[in-house]
Amino acid sequence: MSWQVATVADVRQETETARTIVLDVPDWPGHLAGQHLDVRLTAEDGYRASRSYSIASAWANSHSSTIELTVEQVPGGEVSPYLVEVLKVGDPLEIRGPVGGWFVWKPEQEGPVQLIGGGSGVVPLRAMLRAHAVAGTTPVRLLYSVRRPESVIYVSDLKELAASDAVDVRLVYTREAPAGEPRVGRIDADLIEQYALKPEDGATTYVCGPTPFVETVANLLVAAGHDPARVRTERFGPTGGPR
Amino acid sequence: MSNYLDGNAAAGALSELFAVDLTAAIAQCNGCGHTTVFAESRVYVDAPGTVARCAGCDTVLLRVVTTPNDTYLDLRGLTYLRVPNS
Ligand SMILES: Cc1cc2nc3c(=O)[nH]c(=O)nc-3n(C[C@H](O)[C@H](O)[C@H](O)COP(=O)(O)OP(=O)(O)OC[C@H]3O[C@@H](n4cnc5c(N)ncnc54)[C@H](O)[C@@H]3O)c2cc1C
Ligand SMILES: [Zn+2]
Repeated sequence: MSWQVATVADVRQETETARTIVLDVPDWPGHLAGQHLDVRLTAEDGYRASRSYSIASAWANSHSSTIELTVEQVPGGEVSPYLVEVLKVGDPLEIRGPVGGWFVWKPEQEGPVQLIGGGSGVVPLRAMLRAHAVAGTTPVRLLYSVRRPESVIYVSDLKELAASDAVDVRLVYTREAPAGEPRVGRIDADLIEQYALKPEDGATTYVCGPTPFVETVANLLVAAGHDPARVRTERFGPTGGPR
Repeated sequence: MSNYLDGNAAAGALSELFAVDLTAAIAQCNGCGHTTVFAESRVYVDAPGTVARCAGCDTVLLRVVTTPNDTYLDLRGLTYLRVPNS
């Protein structure tokens, strides 16, 4: 698989620092929920930087050529500030994908699904929720850790999904919670015990976010008795600061 | 601060070299015998190219380095990669 040029068809601000980029990719072969692609930027002097971004949208059908990415701006970053602040509709963008065959959810997969995301780690989980809304029958739970109410990506989308019987959404606030939500703090053993599906439910768990977040949550799950083979993880890189 | 990613981050670079997805392949470390899905290895992308290390013993499992003319693939740390027949 090699690089190809996509065109920005639309952009949508999700939060103050994150935005969704709709890409038109001619001959897109389709993708599985959870897959990602690589984006490559080339400077005038030939210097290149590439980064991975999860595909936020579920694959609709073979006639569609649009996919969505959601990028959270990392202060001082090389690539994400360009994608969030500079890239505009009509611009070309070099991509390589879809790639990744492990951190994916397939509708034919059996058993309930536990999704646990931190920050922009919710992006591939959103693709899974979307794919599940179309083709899934098993129960799905999302535990989503954010700093504060304004950091929630896909707010209206998640509310809509949460209204369906199949999906259970629980937000965890690490810095500031909205009125009426007393708990402020990171995901810990108690919270996993209280809100995550149990080992005996036979769930497959998908954990995604900054590396320390993924590490912590995966360890909590295993300590709670979850089979490590059913805990799938994807690390997005270090946090720029405490979450 | 843990500055590594995981095998998922190497999927793109490996897709230039292999027709099958390697992130879901089962990999055995030559150093300690640890056997796991390649996605669970520790990947460093800021080194020259991409380096995957064993999460158990830190042995370098695989390296991919791309220069303007060639790509180097070094697999010395792997005993095997197991890929399902499709
Ligand atoms: C498989 C995969 C999928 C990904 N999907 C997404 C996605 O859907 N949306 C998204 O926004 N990002 C995603 N990422 C992270 C993304 O690839 C970049 O790491 C991120 O955009 C920062 O790149 P940058 O060039 O702006 O920062 P860099 O120039 O690489 O780094 C600048 C500084 O920020 C720190 N840093 C790097 N990455 C992060 C991070 N993720 N969080 C906090 N601090 C960081 C670095 O240590 C450094 O100090 C994904 C990563 C992987 C491996
Ligand atoms: Zn090893």
